[in-house]
Amino acid sequence: MVYQTCRDESQSTLKVPGTIIPTAARRETTGRYTVDEITSLIGGFKVALSWYNLALMMVGILLGVIIGVLPGLGGANGVAILLPLTFTMPPTSAIIMLSCIYWGALFGGAITSILFNIPGEPWSVATTFDGHPMAQKGRADEALTAAFTSSFVGALIAVMLITFLAPLVAKFALQFGPAEFFSVYFLTFASFVGMGKGSPFKVLASMCLGFALGSVGLDKVTGTLRMTFGHDELLVGFDFLIAVIGLFGIGEILSSMESGLKFSGSHAKIRLDAVLQTWKKLLSYWITSIRSCVIGCWMGITPGGATPASFMSYGLAKRFSKSGDNFGKGEIEGVVAPETAAHAAGTSALLPMLTLGIPGSPTAAVLLGGLMIWGLQPGPMLFVEQKDFVWGLIASMYLGNIAGLLVVLTCVPLFAAILRVPFSIIAPVILVICAVGAYTVHNSMFDVWMMLVFGVIGYIFQKLGYPLPPLVLAIVLGDKAEEAFRQAMLGSQGNVSIFWSNWLVGSIMTLGVVLLFWPLVTWLGQKRKSRSGNLAAASAGAAAVDRDK
Amino acid sequence: MHKDESADEGRSLLSNRTAEVVVALLLLGVCTIVIFDSTRLGFHWREGEGPAPGYFPFYIAVVLGISSLINLLSALRGVGGGETFVAMRPFGRVLAVLIPSIVFVGLIQYIGIYLAAATFILLFMVVIGRENPLKALAIGVAVPLALFFMFEKWFLVPLPKGPVEAWLGF
Repeated sequence: MVYQTCRDESQSTLKVPGTIIPTAARRETTGRYTVDEITSLIGGFKVALSWYNLALMMVGILLGVIIGVLPGLGGANGVAILLPLTFTMPPTSAIIMLSCIYWGALFGGAITSILFNIPGEPWSVATTFDGHPMAQKGRADEALTAAFTSSFVGALIAVMLITFLAPLVAKFALQFGPAEFFSVYFLTFASFVGMGKGSPFKVLASMCLGFALGSVGLDKVTGTLRMTFGHDELLVGFDFLIAVIGLFGIGEILSSMESGLKFSGSHAKIRLDAVLQTWKKLLSYWITSIRSCVIGCWMGITPGGATPASFMSYGLAKRFSKSGDNFGKGEIEGVVAPETAAHAAGTSALLPMLTLGIPGSPTAAVLLGGLMIWGLQPGPMLFVEQKDFVWGLIASMYLGNIAGLLVVLTCVPLFAAILRVPFSIIAPVILVICAVGAYTVHNSMFDVWMMLVFGVIGYIFQKLGYPLPPLVLAIVLGDKAEEAFRQAMLGSQGNVSIFWSNWLVGSIMTLGVVLLFWPLVTWLGQKRKSRSGNLAAASAGAAAVDRDK
Repeated sequence: MHKDESADEGRSLLSNRTAEVVVALLLLGVCTIVIFDSTRLGFHWREGEGPAPGYFPFYIAVVLGISSLINLLSALRGVGGGETFVAMRPFGRVLAVLIPSIVFVGLIQYIGIYLAAATFILLFMVVIGRENPLKALAIGVAVPLALFFMFEKWFLVPLPKGPVEAWLGF
């Protein structure tokens, strides 16, 4: 209930984005950037460096790594389940803890990939390719150090990007009207189609299912009830937190059960000299690191997400590396590339969430939900009205990742031991935790049942290659995108040309349209190539590289 | 290799193609429901109001319908068709966790979440996991107790309680 009312309030303030800006606020943001940002960041460190916040940071990292290691709990649903526990905390402390859970989960995925060949998170699948062979050869400590360090580097670069780019984007976005906001939403969803793997029609179907679910309930513009068919439970609509817990939590438990998990992994303990030696080696892979950071940041800001970023980065590293042929047999570069990109993408996904109110990943979407519960309106005004909050969060990203690196480097044996707990213990406990999490969102049993339904949907969709992140983001952003669209149309009296009325909105829309039809372009390209006698494999590879560029 | 695996996992219960077709049909069903309600709400331009409430859902449903039709056709044409969606034994394992979960959620309404959780964890570990009953009992008691203190005492978030908690005075 609490959640819903706050959400409604925040929605009503969003109705005319970009028009209610106090002039003082405008003046404030047009200062000298770099100097401003560094002073703000120092202010942020003062906020983040209280004992209470530091303690929450450590708790967050530890919980996050455990969540990342356990099957069935991941960044998105882990944060979703713990969200109700933060209702009573001050918003800054709450988001510091929740974002640290996210960093922890990003780190944790690597442990299971390398030691057990089981990716704890989808974005660490690419890490298994070279990480696990390294562990089998007895170089687990080296692989883990490389993975953690690369994750750290990726995150650090992404946080620096956020520090200096976010205020600029926010300032820019203050001038956004409904048409501009809609164009950004459009780009967000079009990039799922354009950059996704697999069938674009499955991406579309999954996304539209999300939109349809998101439109159930009260229409925010006219107050009409939609798609409720007289059922009172549907008045508030489907909450995406329930969808996240069900799709990712229950769905993953079902698929883990299906594959009949048996954990047989390598033991590992990281010694200091191994760490130092690995660090020395890592220096020579600086080109791979930079390339992976660029891919990661790009994929995180446009919502490609961490998972495709890690695969793309691995693919490119393999193509450009001198030892590309050894990839898959335990090449350290094959660990560096996906881990750097995944962490950079995961971190930079927070940039559009903070500056535009448009999350780049399901976890960022859950954090966005958190902001609304704590009564904050995500979007450009956040940088003006809630400076302490924003800069406290950004400062905590630096601190959280340093803390995370130290925690994972020292506690690997502990986390590996968690994985040896039999699944028959883990499964019911996680199920109970998911049920509690789903219940506390609205204090409603209907949500717990819906969680099970979403769990089955998640299990089936995952098996058939329907992607889940577009579904979740469509539930979160559907009504906002619709509202922006309707306001823009109302403003222009139904003339679609408003989306091309100035260079800014026009270029975002055009980019969106290009991305939307990108699969068609690559498909036609492939067809022509295969007709001219090239090998199908070669053309697929070329298409993949084209897409990567 | 593949042969051994399939023998080990029992016969195929459902092919990928059937699953694809069923999902596409279900999504077409969703599409029909949304279009049905959108026509009631109206999906045209309203003077002074802009697009009517059914406008956005209607076009979303149209896109959903078209993509589901394409997915349906490509499934019927047999793109990636013959493979097994799920075999007997893995499906059994999925049901082994799904059915107790449904019972667990059903129980919450009657005996509260704490007792339901304890029963669920205990029985799941003993019957399905074949764990040591004592160990199961310990975890089955510890987890709900931890949840109780965390939610009711520490964070003051009330969870559904049943007659036993009422009898104990909560």
